[in-house]
Amino acid sequence: MITTQEFHVNLGPQHPSTHGVLKLNLVLDGEYIVDCEPVLGQLHRGMEKMAEGMHYGQFIPLTDRLDYLASAANNLAYVLAVEKLMGVEAPERAKYIRVIITELQRIASHLVAIGTWGLDLGAWTVMLYTFRDREMVLDLFEMYCGARLTLNCFRVGGTTYDFPPGFIEKLKEFLDVFPRRVDDYEALLTRNPIWLSRTKDVGVISAEDAVAYGLTGPNLRASGVNWDIRRVYPYEIYDRVEFDVPLGSRGDAFDRYMVRIQEMRQSCRIIKQALEQLPPGEVMLDLPTISLPDKRQFPNNFPAVVRHFHLLVQGYAPQEKEIYLGVENPKGELGFYIVSDGSAYPYRLKIRAPSFINLQILPKVLKGALLADVVCILASLDPVLGEVDR
Amino acid sequence: MPDFFVLAFYAVLGLGMAAVIILLNWFVAPRTLATARRNTPYECGDPPLGSGWVAYHIRYYIFALLFVVFDVEAIFLFSWVAVFKTLGLWGFIEVAIFIVILVIGLLYAWKKGVLRWI
Amino acid sequence: MSLWQLLYEPDRWADEINKLITNWGLQLGIPVFITQLFLMIVVAVILLSFILLNVAFLTWLERKVAGHIQVRHGPMRTGPHGILQPVADGIKLLFKESITLPFVDNFIYTLSPAMMFTAAMLTYIVLPFAPGWVVAPLDYGLIFVFAAGGVSSFFVFTAGWSSNNKYSLLAGMRTIAQVISYEIPMILAALGVALFAGSLNLVEIVEAQKGLWNIVVQPLGFLLFLTAALGETHRAPFDLLEAEQELVAGYMTEYSGMRFALFYLGEYTHMFAAAALMTTLYLGGWQGPYLPPVVWFLLKAYALVLLIMWFRWTYPRIRIDHLMNFSWKFILPLALINLGVTALVLVW
Repeated sequence: MITTQEFHVNLGPQHPSTHGVLKLNLVLDGEYIVDCEPVLGQLHRGMEKMAEGMHYGQFIPLTDRLDYLASAANNLAYVLAVEKLMGVEAPERAKYIRVIITELQRIASHLVAIGTWGLDLGAWTVMLYTFRDREMVLDLFEMYCGARLTLNCFRVGGTTYDFPPGFIEKLKEFLDVFPRRVDDYEALLTRNPIWLSRTKDVGVISAEDAVAYGLTGPNLRASGVNWDIRRVYPYEIYDRVEFDVPLGSRGDAFDRYMVRIQEMRQSCRIIKQALEQLPPGEVMLDLPTISLPDKRQFPNNFPAVVRHFHLLVQGYAPQEKEIYLGVENPKGELGFYIVSDGSAYPYRLKIRAPSFINLQILPKVLKGALLADVVCILASLDPVLGEVDR
Repeated sequence: MPDFFVLAFYAVLGLGMAAVIILLNWFVAPRTLATARRNTPYECGDPPLGSGWVAYHIRYYIFALLFVVFDVEAIFLFSWVAVFKTLGLWGFIEVAIFIVILVIGLLYAWKKGVLRWI
Repeated sequence: MSLWQLLYEPDRWADEINKLITNWGLQLGIPVFITQLFLMIVVAVILLSFILLNVAFLTWLERKVAGHIQVRHGPMRTGPHGILQPVADGIKLLFKESITLPFVDNFIYTLSPAMMFTAAMLTYIVLPFAPGWVVAPLDYGLIFVFAAGGVSSFFVFTAGWSSNNKYSLLAGMRTIAQVISYEIPMILAALGVALFAGSLNLVEIVEAQKGLWNIVVQPLGFLLFLTAALGETHRAPFDLLEAEQELVAGYMTEYSGMRFALFYLGEYTHMFAAAALMTTLYLGGWQGPYLPPVVWFLLKAYALVLLIMWFRWTYPRIRIDHLMNFSWKFILPLALINLGVTALVLVW
């Protein structure tokens, strides 16, 4: 008697399209997925524990390494959380700068998401095109703070830098060019019958499931749930700009793709409005307890040197308090839950990583899908393993 | 030269060239130490789960059956095409009947719903 | 007479050389059989060098085309515009260890790449490059081409199976799925052309297109054949069996060194064979004004190759079940209708 058998396959960690070191233990019946078990933790660095040994300012560069494709957005989430803990607020201009940089970061992150997704389905050229345009964003970042990937550019109480001369012109240039580039991607993908057949009705997540599994970000909105923290609990200047929250209807991979495409257009809109409203002024609070003194006064101002040293070595201590603050990252809601015991070091810092929580639904969606759909569904959830494993 | 001799000649030539290439590679290439980890099948960096020779369910079995039917038909069609001009209308009608029977079979399979990836 | 002028009359030239050498051999008392064999070896060497150089050029071209489609340059460092890149690749692969793995079925594992290349190469012996320039003008040339193509795909399957790797096995099974999807429509589309010529001999098919190329009378057939040929040569969007993003490297996962390179050799040989076959069947083969026949032939074939490359760098990959549905529910009926209508018109 000849029988067919199910078999186990490792997909990852050394696999071209698991977006990092994700490992999936697949049980296959031919080309169909019977069961799937994600094996996480190959990139685990113990960030939450590390945070307990650092004072608040020291942890900002580590947040870059969470979702390394959207480092400025991570910075913003953390900085806002600490600001809430300290009970301070950044100056107006800093808020605008933060929003502009974060929205640029959202564009860059979605470009990677769509590009690598195209690559996963065999459309190589899309990846090269999106990376070309991401390059423009990265050039802007380099101009702004010198770094391209891990920006580390926001501080508690403001930002490190104001826009350098020529930045705004270059940004406007980008905003002129970029919508046409998005049209290009749509020509390559949205109107491509093979792309449609590969993404439509693939990996359908119902609205109930999406809410039940705690999905956030584009993945949630593609299922038709109108939930965008920028809209629901506006932070920074999001209550002062107009933008639409793109929604999907069926919750399949194609909807997730369309939501991302439209969010890029909306980001452009937000940046344009923010540029128009950009007020003059300082970009950093002048608060002796948290902000570093101006280095230009060092030679003849010894107390400033001492304060500088003091802030860098000892940090600043908030009150005994517990706070949670979540912001809308490109991948979803990135939240920081900080328990302070009144010292300069957090007693406990919990990161609500959107990629990690979005990934929870993967086994459920994959069941019954084809092997070729695995990469499509995984790419449509857009996890970044730095954030999943922390 | 008989045709089959030419074919055999080229087949041997192709295989010979491949053999030369592989042998040359074997002579000039370096050798690495065969460790246990190197000698496992590649399964994305982790030890493989079970043997690679699994008898799994091929979903396209019905398609394969239909393929055999149509492939045999194709062989008949080849010979029909070769003498098409001499056979003329009668040949065409005979072949048409033959194809129609097969097409009815195809339509039946389609209607039955087996023409899908099950 | 210069070589360029000679190229205009390749058949006379080939015949004269043939006669000259045979006569010379007879004068020296060498039997005709030996001189013929000698000629055949010379021809074989020329054909093999053409295939190898052509594959080298194609790999370079593919990377250049990909580069320029993707707003980058492609190889630029080795020689002018990276033209020596294939040489560098070849040398690199030659000096790579071809790892002997203990878990594979070693005989089939080694035989598969060799046979895949051989089968693809066999297609060339019936292709008429110019009048008189065909190694063996077989009367059953068309069947032979499809047979060789099928054998080539079969050895892709054995490569996947013998590797003892699940990814390779899946890829091998996909090969079979692809072959059974595309062989029939391809044959049926080609038969429409053969009906016009009333012959399966590729030389006669080309000669029958004097004045009017088959693409004009068989546009649907051409499109069907092109689609099926993409599936047959495993080119995107039907490159399911080496879908890197799903199956790591498909049937080549466990291959290394020159055995790996032979697959590439076979694949590009097969691709050019498919383009050349389409030229022969639909684009009038060597025929064309002003330029020598062989130049026309290569021009047309390369135009098709560029088209195939353009597809690869534009389209995403189709899914296996969509592929089978597409071919059995769309392409096959269309091919049958195409053949039926062609025959009907011709009988009238």
